[in-house]
Amino acid sequence: MGLTRRTFDAVIVGGGGAGLRAALELARADLKVAVLSKVFPTRSHTVAAQGGVAAALGNSEEDNWHWHMYDTVKGSDYLGDQDAIEFMCRAAPEVVYELEHFGMPFDRLSDGRIYQRPFGGHMQAYGMNPVQRACAAADRTGHAMLHTLYQANVKAHTQFFVEWMALDLIRDREGDVLGVVAMEIETGEVMIFQARATLLATGGAARIFASSTNAFINTGDGLGMVARAGVPLQDMEFFQFHPTGVYGAGVLITEGVRGEGGYLLNKNGERFMERYAPNAKDLASRDVVSRAMATEIKEGRGAGKDGDYILLKLDHLGADVINKRLPGIREISIKFANADPIKEPIPVVPTAHYMMGGIPSNYRGQVVAPRGGNPEEVVRGLHAAGECACVSVHGANRLGCNSLLDLLVFGRAAARQIIDDLRSSPQARKDLPPDAGEMTLARLARLDSQKNGERVADVSAEMRRIMQHHCGVFRFPDLLVEGVKKIKETAARAARTEIQDKSKTFNTARVEALEFDNLVETAVASLISAEARKESRGSHDRADFPKRDDANWLKHTLYYKEGHRLEYKPVHTKPLTVEPFAPKARVY
Amino acid sequence: MGERDRIRWHCRRGMLELDLLLQAFLDRHFEHLSAQELAILTELLEYPDNDLLDLVTRRAEPCEERLSLLLNLIRES
Repeated sequence: MGLTRRTFDAVIVGGGGAGLRAALELARADLKVAVLSKVFPTRSHTVAAQGGVAAALGNSEEDNWHWHMYDTVKGSDYLGDQDAIEFMCRAAPEVVYELEHFGMPFDRLSDGRIYQRPFGGHMQAYGMNPVQRACAAADRTGHAMLHTLYQANVKAHTQFFVEWMALDLIRDREGDVLGVVAMEIETGEVMIFQARATLLATGGAARIFASSTNAFINTGDGLGMVARAGVPLQDMEFFQFHPTGVYGAGVLITEGVRGEGGYLLNKNGERFMERYAPNAKDLASRDVVSRAMATEIKEGRGAGKDGDYILLKLDHLGADVINKRLPGIREISIKFANADPIKEPIPVVPTAHYMMGGIPSNYRGQVVAPRGGNPEEVVRGLHAAGECACVSVHGANRLGCNSLLDLLVFGRAAARQIIDDLRSSPQARKDLPPDAGEMTLARLARLDSQKNGERVADVSAEMRRIMQHHCGVFRFPDLLVEGVKKIKETAARAARTEIQDKSKTFNTARVEALEFDNLVETAVASLISAEARKESRGSHDRADFPKRDDANWLKHTLYYKEGHRLEYKPVHTKPLTVEPFAPKARVY
Repeated sequence: MGERDRIRWHCRRGMLELDLLLQAFLDRHFEHLSAQELAILTELLEYPDNDLLDLVTRRAEPCEERLSLLLNLIRES
C-alpha cells in the first residue's frame, strides 16, 4: 500500500488550547510528541475566547472549589458527570497557577495576585450571590493562553506539523487505536502517524448551523474520525446558542444593545417580546428571548425573503447613544449585515456558539465506549480533550469561563494518563493492521473520481439550513421529525461530493470537501439525538416537552454512525469525594 | 499558483470576523493582486488574529505606511 509512516510516542490532533496543554505535559516528560494542526497553532479558535478561566482562587473575595462545583452541576442542568466536575473544579487553581508560571500575562491586583472578575452563573455559597472567579488577560485571554502554551512547547521540543489535516483513525481488530492517517495540505501527501497514544483536540463543530460564531476551521474533524471508526458520539443534541447573531454572518451583537433600549421586531413591525414576557420584554433571559424569536420565525412572522430572521431596532436611540454607548455595534452591523443601525434595524437570529456534546471521555481524558456490558470501557490508545470531548463537565449547558478551564484541566489529565500508560505498559508497539490507511485512500479516490456529483458548497448550505430551521435553539416536534428525514437525505448527497480542482498543492477545495464529511457526521448525530430526547434540559429546549424529566431522561445519549443507532448510559451522579448534588429546579 | 493558494489558505483564521472579512476580500480582489500586493498581504497575515482584526476594523493603524493601501482594500471589501 506504500504510505509513508512516521512513529511517535503520542500524536495530538489539533493545536488549540487543549492540544497545546497536553503536548506540553508530554514533551516535558521527554516523550516524542507530534502535534498536527490545520493552521498555525496560535491561529486556533481558542484565540476567540475573551472571557477568562474560572478558578476558585478567592483572590478578591471568599470562594472555594465546592461552590464552583455546585454552580457547574446546576449549570449543566444535572446532566454533567459529578466526578468529572469535582475533578475539574478542584484542579482549577493549580492549572491557573501553572499557566501563570509558564508566563501567562494575567490581569493583576495591586498586590500582584491574579485579578478576578465576576461572570454569569458563578456564585458564592451555593448560588447565593455573584463571585469574582474569572481569571483573564484583558479581553484577550484565549490569545494570551495560546501564545504562552505555544512558546512553552517550542522550548520543550514538541514537534509541530503545521498545515496537516488528520483524516482518519487507525484501529486494529481488537479495537485499539494505533495512530492517524493525515494529509499535508501543502503537498496533498498522505502519511501514517503511528503512535501508542492518539489524542483528539479538534475543538467544536457549531458550524453545522447556518448561524454560528465558530471560525471556518471548526469542522468537527475529531468527531467525524471517531464516528467513522465505530466509536459513538455523546450528547450531541446540546449546543449553546446566543440570541442575537448577525443573520448570515454569525458575529454576535452584545446583549448591551437591548440593555440600552434596542428591541426586537417581527416582519409586521410588532414588538413581539411584549407577548412572551410582558414585564421584562426584550430584557428577558437568553433562553426566553431565543425561544420567542424561534417561535416567531416558525409561525411565519420572520423577516426577509425566506422569513428566517428577526429585526433588532435601535435607530430610535439616535446616533449619539449608538456611537457612544454601543461602540463597535454600528461598524459590525454595516460590515456584516450591510445595515446601518442608525437608519435601519439589524437582521439577527439565534446563533450557535458552543458544543457541549462530543467524544465520550472520562476525567482522565480516555475515550470510552460500551463494550461487553460495561457502558464505559476504555478505547485503548484513544484520548480526547477540549470542546471535542464530552467528559462531561458541561452536561446540558456550559457556564462561561468553564471552557478554557476544561481544556487546561483535561488537556493535562489526558497527557498524564498517556504518560502513565506508556511507562507502565512494557508491551511493545503493536503492528499496524495490513489495511491501515486503505479506508482513507478509498475516500480520497472516491472524491477525486466522482462524476456528476454534488457541489460541496450546495450540500453544505443545505445542511446548515436544515440544522438551523429544524434543530435550532427552540425545537418543535414536527420540525424535528421532518429534519431527521431531511438530514439523512443530505448525508446521502454528501457521500457524492465532487471537486473540480484535483491538484495536489494547497487544494482548499479538497480540504473543504474532507472537512464537510466531518460536519455532516456531526449534524446527523445532533439531529437524531435531539429528536429522540423527549424533554427539555439545559440548551435542549422542546416546545412539546417543556420540562426536565429526570425519571426518564437523566442519562447520556450515545449515537452510532452505523444504522444511526442510539443508546443511553447513566449520568455519574456520584462525585469523587463529596456528597452528590441532587437535581433541583434550575432557577437563577 | 502554489504560492497564491498558500496565501489563500493562510486567510483561514481563528476568529470568525477575520474569516468573513478576508473571504469577502479574496472574492473581490484576490485574482487581480500584483506580486507586490501579495507580498504585503503575506506580511499582514503574519499578524496575530487580534492585531489583524484591530487593523481591519480601523481600531488601529499600521505602523508602516506601505501596508495601508492593501489594508484599505480589505477594509472596504
